[in-house]
Amino acid sequence: MYAQMVKSTGQGVKSLDEMDPQERAFQERINRDEKIEPKDWMPAAYRKNLIRQIGQHAHSEIVGQLPEGNWITRAPTLERKAILLAKVQDEAGHGLYLYCAAETLGVSRDELTEDLLSGKMKYSSIFNYPTLTWADMGAVGWLVDGAAIMNQVPLQRTSFGPYARAMVRICKEESFHQRQGYDIMMKMANGSDAQKRMAQDALNRFWYPSLMMFGPSDKDSVHSAQSMAWKIKMNTNDELRQKFVDQTVPQAEYLGLTVPDPDIAWNEEKGGYDFTEPDWSEFFDVIKGNGPCNVERLAARNKAWDEGRWVRDALLAHGEKRRAARVVAAE
Amino acid sequence: MDDTLFEFLLRQGDNTLVLGHRVSEWCGHAPVLEEDIALANTALDLIGQTRMWLGYAGEVEGKGRSADDLAYLRDAWDFRNLLMLERPNGDFGHTLLRQFLFDAFQVPHLKALEDSSDPRIAEIAAKSVKEATYHLERSRETVIALGDGTGESHARMQAALDLLWPYVGEMFLSDEVDTDMAQRGIAPDPASLRQTWDKTVTQALTDATLERPEGDFTHRGGKTGEMHTEHLGHMLATMQFLQRAYPGATW
Repeated sequence: MYAQMVKSTGQGVKSLDEMDPQERAFQERINRDEKIEPKDWMPAAYRKNLIRQIGQHAHSEIVGQLPEGNWITRAPTLERKAILLAKVQDEAGHGLYLYCAAETLGVSRDELTEDLLSGKMKYSSIFNYPTLTWADMGAVGWLVDGAAIMNQVPLQRTSFGPYARAMVRICKEESFHQRQGYDIMMKMANGSDAQKRMAQDALNRFWYPSLMMFGPSDKDSVHSAQSMAWKIKMNTNDELRQKFVDQTVPQAEYLGLTVPDPDIAWNEEKGGYDFTEPDWSEFFDVIKGNGPCNVERLAARNKAWDEGRWVRDALLAHGEKRRAARVVAAE
Repeated sequence: MDDTLFEFLLRQGDNTLVLGHRVSEWCGHAPVLEEDIALANTALDLIGQTRMWLGYAGEVEGKGRSADDLAYLRDAWDFRNLLMLERPNGDFGHTLLRQFLFDAFQVPHLKALEDSSDPRIAEIAAKSVKEATYHLERSRETVIALGDGTGESHARMQAALDLLWPYVGEMFLSDEVDTDMAQRGIAPDPASLRQTWDKTVTQALTDATLERPEGDFTHRGGKTGEMHTEHLGHMLATMQFLQRAYPGATW
């Protein structure tokens, strides 16, 4: 989702008996739901996986500022503008906590940033879709943040302490964002014909990309088992996707909007909706860089970073001068 | 209707509206995450202040116009903001320097407005001054750091200062609206704030190793509405797009 397609570095899940004593003690702590803290021993692969996952999540927050930032200057009222600005600011804040959580694993924010900018590290595929109308601000809050929450609520119980604690704070804000998004959709769905059309169009465009946020189907996701054993992934992709559909379909009905899937139907037996899988070839295209906005998103991040270099250098240089002046003054 | 009071309130609200809009353009594009968050904070404060100023302006006007009506349904000639604030952001240093030059005016201005004979204005000023004081602290520190930082940052900041300097004088120009406000004890004469501003700015420029430009020429007309830059119309075209394209819709 925010960290979809994280490839596990493990070679398949070992049983406790196959582990050496140190690794076994580690796994047993996880099995007892104890939190792993930065200074604790951890397998190298656990560390590497977490860096990838938390880093990808942080990058998703940062790149995720762009599609919504696209509408800040066009927000239709002062109140909507303030709400949207505060929301995008929260995303920057989430990026900050997550980079801090990743730093406790021994990687710097600048290193992670360089990997994002070079395209070596990924971010959630959803942010490679454009925001074309104001209704997209509603759809992003409702569907994208809704899908994010679905994944992140269980991650509050993830085994790595700093990540779990960052998630607690992030989840509080995300659920607020989702309500704000739904509120925009309600206004649009109950508004003029043009607004209704915008709302339906936004749902049409964001429905399948939102379902893709959970990652490929479990049967095609070969890396999940180790992450689940380490409790850095708490549910399978398909479980979360089902939960999301079950939650969202009635919400769309309440709005008077139509989910763009003619085969959606309640299945009494499984106690959930049957629905059409997203087009996974589109998903893999987007991951490879061929989404509608991949080029623009990375270009925008690179531009901000490159054009900001002189500012970062100057702030550091000034800080150094001040420190040096204090040393001289103290002597 | 109290015409001069309405005019005065538009000037306050348009300053914060236009500057808040400019600052909000940075969201997601700042040089470093902490600055991105801080700029968004500044923009949020300014938008909040706009809602108070223009809300009150609409009440004084008495024609049922809301803060949103005033922000989204007036054309450039009805705007009353300082020219400096509608100019494009330029680089990060230019944005922060413009912020500093305005904050150094706005803080003493709002402090004086806390004693306004109009209790609503005193109330808005009391709320705003806390935010403006923080903005000034931050913009001042950043200007000093960037002026002093590296050769490149120093050159960029000096260039920004030279560019902005011909716009600062407009903050201190007085007209009949200001005279009326001063006589009624509603607001200070802007000219009276120059000394405090000079002191703040001179000290900061010295610390920033920047050279105060010569000359006191000033562009004028934004505050009175006689003249704007070409940039304002483009800003409004963006800002007002939805309200103009879908009149009467509720968002």
